[in-house]
Formats: sequence, C-alpha cells, structure tokens
Amino acid sequence: MIVFDKPKALADVPLHYCPGCTHGIVHRLVAEAIDELGIEGRTVGIAPVGCSVMAYDYFNCDMIEASHGRAPAVATGVKRALPDNIVFTYQGDGDLASIGMAETIHSAARNENITIIFINNAIYGMTGGQMAPTSLPGQITQTSPYGRDVTLCGWPIRICELLSELDGPEYLERVAVNSVKNVLSAKKAITKAFRNQVEGKGFSLVEVLSSCPTNWGLTPAKALEWVGEKMIPYYPLGVYKDRTAAKEGEAK
Amino acid sequence: MADKVLMKGNEAIAEAAIIAGCRYYFGYPITPQTEVAAYMAKRMPKVGGTFLQAESEIAAINMVYGVSSTGKRVMTSSSSPGISLKGEGLSYLAGADLPALVVNVQRGGPGLGGIQPSQSDYFQATKGAAHGDFRMIVLAPASVQEMAELTVKGFALADKYRMTSMILADGTMGQMMEPVSLDLEVEPAPEKPWAATGTGMKRSHNIINSLYLKPEQLERTNFERYERYKAIEENEVLCEEYLTDDADICIAAFGIAARVSRNAVNEARKQGIKAGLIRPITLWPFPKKQFAEAAKHARAFISVELSMGQMIEDVRLATECRVPVTLCNRAGGMIPSPDQVLDAIKAAYNGGDDK
Repeated sequence: MIVFDKPKALADVPLHYCPGCTHGIVHRLVAEAIDELGIEGRTVGIAPVGCSVMAYDYFNCDMIEASHGRAPAVATGVKRALPDNIVFTYQGDGDLASIGMAETIHSAARNENITIIFINNAIYGMTGGQMAPTSLPGQITQTSPYGRDVTLCGWPIRICELLSELDGPEYLERVAVNSVKNVLSAKKAITKAFRNQVEGKGFSLVEVLSSCPTNWGLTPAKALEWVGEKMIPYYPLGVYKDRTAAKEGEAK
Repeated sequence: MADKVLMKGNEAIAEAAIIAGCRYYFGYPITPQTEVAAYMAKRMPKVGGTFLQAESEIAAINMVYGVSSTGKRVMTSSSSPGISLKGEGLSYLAGADLPALVVNVQRGGPGLGGIQPSQSDYFQATKGAAHGDFRMIVLAPASVQEMAELTVKGFALADKYRMTSMILADGTMGQMMEPVSLDLEVEPAPEKPWAATGTGMKRSHNIINSLYLKPEQLERTNFERYERYKAIEENEVLCEEYLTDDADICIAAFGIAARVSRNAVNEARKQGIKAGLIRPITLWPFPKKQFAEAAKHARAFISVELSMGQMIEDVRLATECRVPVTLCNRAGGMIPSPDQVLDAIKAAYNGGDDK
C-alpha cells in the first residue's frame, strides 16, 4: 500500500528551487488540493515573475506565464472566458504586493472567482535578495544593506489585513510552512481557497509565510526558525476574512 | 445593397468587433476613444459577451492576454498615452504568440499631450511598441467604413499569424460620423489547439509562455517568428494608389492626412500638375513595392503626416532615396489643410524644374 506519493497534479520533473526553499512544499500543497478536488483537467494556473516563474513546468494542468505582477489581471481574463474552469495564480511578494498591487487590490475588489496563492518570504529571491514590500523593519538585504530603514523605505505591507478592508473578497487567510503543524494548516487553507472557487464563492487568497535560506544567508533549519521568530510576530497567522463563515455565524 | 447606418468611427470599430465574433473587451477611459468602451458596455451584455472596465490600461492588456490564452477573440482600445502603458503587454503577447486586436485612436503627444487627432505614434506602432524583437500588423483606416472593415480584417490576421493586429487610427477617424455598411465578411476563427483551456485529462498541458532561458532556444523562437513576419510582408500588404501611374509628384499619406491629400491631388491635377497619392492601409507591412514602383517615374515624394515626420523614414527607405522626399506636416493635434498640401506639391514640382 502506498502511503505517501507524489500528487498527480505535480509534474514528475526536478524543481530548480534552492535547498531548503519552501516553494516545493507549497507546490505540493497546491497539487494535493487540485487532486483532492478532482479539478486538474479544468484547472488553468498562472505563474508569476520571480523564483516561481517556472511553475508552469511543475504543474500538470494548463499553465500561463504572466508578466510581473499582472497574474490577477491575466487570471481575470481567463476566468471571464472560461467561467467553468478553475483558475489560480501563484505569486511572490514582489510580484503581488509591489509591482502588481493594483491588479491584486482590484481583482479582490471585483471578487473575481479565482484563487491566489501568495508566497511571502520577505525578499526578492530570483534577482538575488533585494528588499521586498514585505521585508521586515531592519531586515538586511542587497538593497537595504544597512537594514530596512522605515523612515526612508517605508513600512512593510500586510496584504491580508489590507485586503480585508474591502467588501469584495470572499476569503483571506495567512498561514506559514515553518513547521509540520503549520504545513497541515496551510494545506487546509489552500484546499479551502480552491474549494471556494469550485463552489462559486469568489476571491480567495492564501498568504503563505515562507523561507528563503539562500538570500537570508541562513541554513534551511535556521531560516524556518526565522519565520517563526521574526515573521509570524509581524504577520500574524489566521483568517482575515471568510464571508461564508461570517454569514453562517450570523445565522446562528 | 446593404443598408448603411450613420456611426462614429469608434462605434463602428466596436460593432464590427462584435460582428467579428469578439465577445471580450477590456478597456480604460481615455479621450478620444472612450466611445469604444461605452459602446461595448452597452452591447456586450446583450450578445452574451464580457465588457470589463479595467483598473488601468496595463490590467486591460493583461486581461486580453488571459482571454487570448484561452483561444477566444478579444480586444482592447485606447489612445496614445494608454497605448504606451500597454506596451509591456504587447511585448508579452508577441513573445507568447497570442492573437489580439488593439486599437489606438491617436492623440497628440508626447506626454499627456492633447486630445486632438495625431499620427505621432507611427514609430511606436510600426517600429517599437516595447522591448524585444517583434512586429504588429498595423492597419490605418481612412474612413468609418474602413474602421469597421479593418477591425474584422484585424481579427482574422491576428488569428492567422498568432500576433497582435493594431488599428492605428487618428482622433478624427474615431470621432467623425459617416454612413457605414455593417454587411461585413467574417472569417471564422481557426482551431487553436495551443490554447490553455484545461487539459480535460486528455492531453499533456499547454503552456502559454514567453520565457526561454536558453539563448539558443530564444534565438530559434525569434527566427521562427520572423519567418512568419516575412510571409506577412509578402502576402498581406494593403495599399490604395490614386493617380500614381503617371504621377510626377507622389504623396504618401494615411488616415485623415490621406483624405486631405486626395483633395490637394485633385486640385493639383486641375492646375496641370500630375500629382498622385499612395495611401498605405497596412503601415506594417509597409507597401515598399508600390513606393519603389512609383519612384521610377515620380520626381519627388511628399510625406503628409500629423506628426513631426515619422512615416517619411519608411518612404525614404522604400524609394531608396532615389528622389527627394519632403515633409508636409502639422503636429500636436493640428491637421494640414488641402492648401498646405497643394503648396507643398507646387514647391516640389517647381523646385524640381527650376534648379
């Protein structure tokens, strides 16, 4: 009996990610959700620009590579053209919270019935470790070599909190993949974000606090500790919006 | 004969797009093309289509990219500053070999410029809309009827060659009203087995992409794309020639400039000067052969433009500088008068004889 197998929606190819990078974990969670909901054949994924740009090679569903930050606009087009298909984007923090902020906010405001998996690792990975919109105050990066000085570069952006002010979105949750327990919670959230779309509920975004050992200059184990010690206090985990649950709560 | 209706050029584009089978329109308000969006907002829901006002021109072109990835006919429209914003998307559409129709109802620039008609996006449309090696098929209507016809044609060409067709109109074409026949011949869209519509668990996944990290591979996609462009240059040139057979003075003009020039050519003929007009309908591919042919007998060419002189460079290249090419222009939203063009014809005519 097979008790642990590769998800069917995940292509059987080597991933290019650095050792200890958590993209692999999140890819797996996405693929498991697609498998469990039985939607691979009608799913179209949108890859971003950044470390996960080549996600188009890693998922077995049809894939589209978008320009930097524009994945939610591309997803909007796909979903409007194929309303019965399942459309998801997979985006990093530079992509979603900096260059693509307008597309993020407006797709949420429109309550596009899409699923967004948002990887927040507080740094630009692919270009070699520059300051992200989510880099923490004081965080040293290639473009904040003396630490992020909030008086010069501004404050980090908390996406779930920001979007939760909008009437549009159906579901917003922040999770982390720094421990087995948190990975299991992340799995639940990601599956819910896809199920919401299947059920026609609307815009669902899961922010995943992730690690970048290479650009943080930490070992994989230390990097996971950093997520717990530094990131989670600034980016508290939890559900920021769940319209259906709120309605059900009111009914009770 | 089909009935004609009185329409604005912008409305003719919108209705023709629907006739061509386009059911997806994404746009953002900007003068002088906003009527396209307004028309689509009314019409699309009636024909089961999608009209969506995007948060920006950037978002709009990326929504176009998304719909095109699914294989469906889709369009956006804007005016000059908005087209600059769409540039990134145009490059990605080219890199991913996606068909789309993009309309530019040009206004004066640079910068915010003005809202009056212009043709100063010729370079942008024909040479370099954005980064990378790529072309767009550029169609230049000179009447409301052509706004409709070239829209239909633009969709067909975009599908046939998997690339962007751009309608490069000037503000005059967008705003003026003329009788138009909407009895348009539509080619059905071809099969698009490359589209991202879901595998249905029946085939391996389709990937819509413009990233090639191996330079050999990226070079190959560029070479292949340019082979397609070569076929377009050979097969898809459209151009109207008016009294060019015996012309001593040959005008090059498109859009509203061509209509003004035609009057000037008629007047010059009345005054005994053999003038003619070449009106490129496709600005890319440029009607090089027609210009080369006319250069065999014409003594001079005049490029009449609503810009500081952009198409003139292509006229010089096409005529290989065998005869003088001068510029007769207005810019910033101004339109040359027939008299101004006539004066330029006379100057070219006399200049050639006197010296």
